[in-house]
Amino acid sequence: MSVSALQPLVLANGVFLDPVTGREEGGDLVAEAGVIRDFGHAVRGSRPDGATVVDCRGMVVAPGLIDMRAFVGEPGAEHRETLASASRAAAAGGVTTVVCMPDTNPPVDDPAVVDFLIRRARDTAVVRMLPAAALTKGLHGTEMAEIRLLTEAGAVFLTDGARSVTNAQVMRRALTYARDFGGLIVHHCEDPYLVGDGVMNEGELASRLGLHGAPREAETIMLERDLRLVRLTGGRYHAAMISCADSLAIIERARSEGLDVTCGVSINSLTLNENDIGPYRTFLKLSPPLRHEDDRLAMVEALADGLVDVIVSDHNPQDVETKRVPFAECADGAIGLETMLAAGLRLVHAGELELATLLRAMSTRPAEILGLPQGRLRKGAPADLIVFDAEEPFVLDPATLHSKSKNTPFDGARLQGVVHHTIVDGAVVHSAG
Amino acid sequence: MTSSAPRPRFPHRHLLGIEGLSPHDITALLDLADEAVDVSRQVEKKKAVLRGRTQINLFFEASTRTQSSFELAGKRLGADVMNMSVASSSIKKGETLIDTAMTLNAMRPDLIVVRHHAAGAVQLLARKVDCSVINAGDGAHEHPTQALLDALTIRRNKGRIRGLTVAICGDILHSRVARSNLILLNAMGADVRVIGPSTLLPPGIERMGAKVFTDMRKGLAGADIVMMLRLQRERMNGSFVPSVKEYFRYYGLDAEKLSCAKPDALVMHPGPMNRGVEIASDIADGAQSLIREQVEMGVAVRMAVLEALAGHLPNQPNP
Repeated sequence: MSVSALQPLVLANGVFLDPVTGREEGGDLVAEAGVIRDFGHAVRGSRPDGATVVDCRGMVVAPGLIDMRAFVGEPGAEHRETLASASRAAAAGGVTTVVCMPDTNPPVDDPAVVDFLIRRARDTAVVRMLPAAALTKGLHGTEMAEIRLLTEAGAVFLTDGARSVTNAQVMRRALTYARDFGGLIVHHCEDPYLVGDGVMNEGELASRLGLHGAPREAETIMLERDLRLVRLTGGRYHAAMISCADSLAIIERARSEGLDVTCGVSINSLTLNENDIGPYRTFLKLSPPLRHEDDRLAMVEALADGLVDVIVSDHNPQDVETKRVPFAECADGAIGLETMLAAGLRLVHAGELELATLLRAMSTRPAEILGLPQGRLRKGAPADLIVFDAEEPFVLDPATLHSKSKNTPFDGARLQGVVHHTIVDGAVVHSAG
Repeated sequence: MTSSAPRPRFPHRHLLGIEGLSPHDITALLDLADEAVDVSRQVEKKKAVLRGRTQINLFFEASTRTQSSFELAGKRLGADVMNMSVASSSIKKGETLIDTAMTLNAMRPDLIVVRHHAAGAVQLLARKVDCSVINAGDGAHEHPTQALLDALTIRRNKGRIRGLTVAICGDILHSRVARSNLILLNAMGADVRVIGPSTLLPPGIERMGAKVFTDMRKGLAGADIVMMLRLQRERMNGSFVPSVKEYFRYYGLDAEKLSCAKPDALVMHPGPMNRGVEIASDIADGAQSLIREQVEMGVAVRMAVLEALAGHLPNQPNP
């Protein structure tokens, strides 16, 4: 990551959108030493000595996006993605902070690996890349990893990434132990036994395609179990990605009991449904699977109501070898860092969601959950910012993506919303031509 | 249909499934198959429709009857037929399906007949080659020529398909035969039922046009056709049903259960049969059984499909 910009930065004539209040204000923004010194009409025309001035006329300026869930191939699968390539994809998509999942080879279950990732990101990445660490040794779900040492080494939360911890005793003890040092446990709720051979949402469509389905109960049973364990232990818990309406009711009940529980949803589950799989499109084979349109609509509504806290990219680079095979045999996952904003703007353009709500779920809420100072547009906050045109249309050409892998579900899609500048720590790290 | 009448061109380049075929397409194929039955019963069984053409049978799953049926069908129409089975192919050496498809495509075949264990694999392959592709079974998705041969067998024995009650019994969940038959029989106006334990019924099957029964006697009541499906051995050991014994007791077709169907009901099975598991031997070999006739119709239907697709093959002399 770049060091703080030595020169001041001025974002001139933008529309400054504070996702917390939804308030829009014209004028300029001045950043110095990596923080926002001031913005709005008060500093209009202010040009500190040696300042870099970026013209933002007609564009929205908002806090940089914070993605709580991205899989990066470093270490172990650098042919799919490195910290450097993922960070360039993130910068192009307006994501200024990326939390990297521990599903690497070796997995992030040793403090030395956390240290390696932090140093490697510092040296090669253009945005903030924060490691998440394994909850269990080897991500095997049986023995607790050194979660306190991992957290002290710099891991932002503890998770077994794409895997579920099926053993309730392990989860109970982890929640209990992590409570002592305020560790956050993030869990992918999907019972692998109930998923079985399932490769898409269970139902009529799967039956028609001759594919085995994964029921929603694979998610809801695991989520229900976890929340009962949270009630038992008082631990801090975040459901990584929920995918169906039934899960919302479970979250809602836990919240009403006052449990410290948050949840995320993937951008794919918010903007696509099972019908998009069409003729066995492998880029849409995801975990959790894309569900019914009713589930999608329920999650969009829950996002607007604040029941769903964050939107994640669930960025998961897969290469040709793992995706150009029959649907049932291909790997799960889609890339998303570079398209999450434009995909999310579909909801805004369709009138399903306010822009401020979208940005809050992609910046402010993740920052609050992670305890980061980013994600807010205010004086003294870190100058991690994006400048984007929410209306500008484009057709997604995978060849133009910065990610090393091209498995995007928006291949050839018509989208609106282009990030023109991405600023991290007061320095411009990406500008679109 | 008389041979002097001009035959409209079959409007599809591939046969990937029954889904997408109109009742008219299906009727045209069955009419063509009726003629092929006559050809196959002559001393001179050869036609020249595919003379000079190359047909590759690419089977990723072991098959005896379907593969030999396609081989005979191709040969009777004059094609050069090559069989490629997985055991001897580079798939074993790690080649992907798409690479195999492109390699075969470079050999300029006119037709590829594919069976694969994954649903959608044949569609995937069809997108990568220039020739016509016939689905000989893809996972639990479709097996269109089986449904067509079943329809031909029914039509020749009952004189019609419309209005008949057809009960499909057994492992519907894993069966591509059941799916293709369900789509075809519905399209042709039959009344379709599926019968099996709930663990072997796919979710949402009732919305695909089937009446669902878990009680075999009730499901067979009034049926004109009883279509039995094979139950794989690995699915009878406690995973989907507790045991062979229990399965046969409730879902095996014996004389007593068959007596619930119409007196003139006919029994079918796509093969290979597990005698004593889903069907009793005396029923399989009995007077109501059409099982051997289905095999004969299989060759005829595959000849009809090959002939219908011949109008779309690459390298046409008159484009």
